[in-house]
Amino acid sequence: MYEKDGEKYFIVDSHMHFWDASRENWVEGRENLAKGWIDCFYGYHKLAPDETHWDWYKYLKVSEDDLMRDVFEEGYVDKAIFQSTYLKYWYKDGFNTVEQNGAMLEKHPDKFIVNGRWDPRDGDAGLRQLEEDARRWNLKGVKLYTAEWHENGSRGWKLTDPEAYRFLEKCQELGITNIHAHKGPTIWPLNKDAFSAEDVDQAATDFPGLTFIIEHAGIPRIDDFAYMAVQEPNVYAGLSVVIGAHMHARPKTFARFMGELLFWVGEDRMTFGSDYNIWTPKWQVEGFVDWQMPDDEAFSDYPKLTTATKKKILGLNAAKLYGIEVPAECRLPEEPSIPEQPGQQLADESTPAGSQA
Amino acid sequence: MTLRDSVWQALGTVLDPEIDEPITELGFVTSCEVSDDGVAAVRLRLPTFFCAPNFSFLMVADAYDAVAAVEGVTRADVVLEDHHASTEINAGVAAHAGFVATFPGEADAELAELRRYFLVKAVVAGQDRVARPLVDAGAGPEELAALTLGSTPRSPALDRLRLRRAALGLSADDAAPLLIHPDGSGVGVALVPLHRRRARLTRAGLEANGELCTSILATRYAGTAGAG
Repeated sequence: MYEKDGEKYFIVDSHMHFWDASRENWVEGRENLAKGWIDCFYGYHKLAPDETHWDWYKYLKVSEDDLMRDVFEEGYVDKAIFQSTYLKYWYKDGFNTVEQNGAMLEKHPDKFIVNGRWDPRDGDAGLRQLEEDARRWNLKGVKLYTAEWHENGSRGWKLTDPEAYRFLEKCQELGITNIHAHKGPTIWPLNKDAFSAEDVDQAATDFPGLTFIIEHAGIPRIDDFAYMAVQEPNVYAGLSVVIGAHMHARPKTFARFMGELLFWVGEDRMTFGSDYNIWTPKWQVEGFVDWQMPDDEAFSDYPKLTTATKKKILGLNAAKLYGIEVPAECRLPEEPSIPEQPGQQLADESTPAGSQA
Repeated sequence: MTLRDSVWQALGTVLDPEIDEPITELGFVTSCEVSDDGVAAVRLRLPTFFCAPNFSFLMVADAYDAVAAVEGVTRADVVLEDHHASTEINAGVAAHAGFVATFPGEADAELAELRRYFLVKAVVAGQDRVARPLVDAGAGPEELAALTLGSTPRSPALDRLRLRRAALGLSADDAAPLLIHPDGSGVGVALVPLHRRRARLTRAGLEANGELCTSILATRYAGTAGAG
């Protein structure tokens, strides 16, 4: 919990990792990919305030003590959600697998939630694994990394692939309702599909019982994401990377992103994620609670953030999605219904039923 | 103007297709040298090892074409460094192989469609760049919907918008409306508020991309200035 000016914020870090990018874990012959990947992350790490930077070796693999201190003791987080990410094409034992994350959950059952993963290219074996993981770790969510390279030569997949629909159906059946999809920087496929959010749009329409949390709010294509999300009530904006890469390094860009997301997606469908250990949560939580839309003329179209907005984004929205108990002192008075965000109103007014604006 | 200046100027016409800015201004040119016998050696670098190979290919190929077309250049030697697909891209561009032949079995189309996809965004975002000052000065939906390219006050943003529209094959003459949908049709008064918001959103995404790439490039190559 974070407390500032008499207000208490319940913090759910809904997107974080405990990764192993150490040299020992690099696949032989693919060292350049394993190193390239973590170097890429390290570039993002440097966008945080200077005093939070680590050296590259520490960044490869933090210890359990580091994580518990950074996230819970110093980072104010009440509940942290592991987003399992495999990348076994270049990390031998995986970047952070369900088993590795599950081991932490077993040691600290009140601190963590473990999200699973699946890959439609794994076929029936993948479906069986998902069932087993769901039973063992009581999965409520999965992280989908559509740009993952596969041993079969494929460099990515889409949510609308027929095989992917089998897995989404299985999620529905197993009560895994939170689908965190990475739609951020992509490499493959090599055509314009890599940059499209159309597959999320379609899947969200076809699976109204599932919630699709689009991590990084689609950055670097936040425009496609936001305009899609306005039309799909079960699509959320995951703020991992949105806060970490911009709030400190590019404050004006951050203001524009927040303004656009509040307009199109709305404060009830935005969730905080520190993306540990790209960055630590402490400076992000403190900074976000202190943050406000600038007064400049350039931002006059955008709303100011209220304390309630910040409480929802930092924890209450994710707590609802995952059924996490929130202490009474951190709750907000019940709202009769979630108000429509302004972008939704504008889109509705401008678009006669059945036609495309 | 020296031959090196001409080559540099040619590189200035090469755009990052997604950010819609010249590679020379984004700091993507590591070095640019021209030998006495007219061989232009250009080295390029990108913000990350995993930048999308299709964009990377486009920029290297465009740089190659632009440099090779400069009068006096006898050979263009354009190389992308520090990228996971450097080897394939450099070999493919040098051999004029095209994108599909460079990534056999992985790419299913040349990159014209991709280029088009991002040009459309440039045209949408460009409308906010032109219209925003007018709105700040009090222009309402009726006035905006009635504006043509010819009746809009001249500005660098307007010139650029005309160029991008022409590149897409959309009307760019004085009589054409300022506000258009990506298919070239005009925007009715009732749709102007939504259209403006979308244009603002697209512009925010585009400009933020440029900034993020610049930030990441700066940390990746801290202390090593690019060419200028």
